[in-house]
Amino acid sequence: MESVGSIILYIIVALAMVLFSVLAVTTRKILRAATYLLFTLFAAACVYFMLDYEFLGAVQIAVYAGGIVVLFVFSILLTSRPGHNSERLTSKSRALGLIASIAMLAVSGYALVSRCALYGAMPAADTPTMQQVGQAMMSTSDGGYLLPFEAISVLLLACIIGGVVIARKR
Amino acid sequence: MDIKAIMLLIPAMIMFCCGVYGFITRRNMIAILISLELMLNAVDINFAVFNRYLWPDAMEGMFFTLFAIAIAAAETALAIAIIINLYRSAKNIDVRDLNKLKF
Repeated sequence: MESVGSIILYIIVALAMVLFSVLAVTTRKILRAATYLLFTLFAAACVYFMLDYEFLGAVQIAVYAGGIVVLFVFSILLTSRPGHNSERLTSKSRALGLIASIAMLAVSGYALVSRCALYGAMPAADTPTMQQVGQAMMSTSDGGYLLPFEAISVLLLACIIGGVVIARKR
Repeated sequence: MDIKAIMLLIPAMIMFCCGVYGFITRRNMIAILISLELMLNAVDINFAVFNRYLWPDAMEGMFFTLFAIAIAAAETALAIAIIINLYRSAKNIDVRDLNKLKF
């Protein structure tokens, strides 16, 4: 049994997630789309906090809301004129997109609703502490994540070099 | 009333389908990238929810989400570098007009 507050929080988060993701793909001003994306990312961070993954929610806010959205806003301001609207969609492409997304919604919605394992309440568990997260990330034993951690660091290095090479002036 | 797993999975599913719609209909490259971020986020939420509800003692889903967030950040930075480079040479980031790979 959940408290009334968490139910209200859930309703707000779910509504915000749905509403802002719909707005992010339907608005014609690109800067507004980036802002709605920011609100959707905050709603996702709220979901992580509701699931007791505090570290994950903090990472979501720091990386997405702090890093990626700022990158988006900068690149939008660099590549588009202010007050510029994207053109109206042709009815053909809109119909194609609607058919694809509604077909996907129907298929995956049916697959989700027909699974009885998803109707249980949230089991009680200790939330992973920061110490557990750090030890799992740095351990080489079973269930350790040192290899993917190092692979990510190499990926980030490659990404930095690639970004510099692509974006430098010739 | 309890918050069940499906009550968190359905908003994530709607978010993913919005991403699919935007990916198909949008013409601006940055708008396509925004739709891609929506889809990635919906999948991340799914990993965390399945981990918490079905295997509450394990941390695999949480770590997969962490690494997916890191990869998404790297991918976005690189894609924006490519988009800005394209804008510098073609003065346009509309995918209909960028049909020549060589310029």
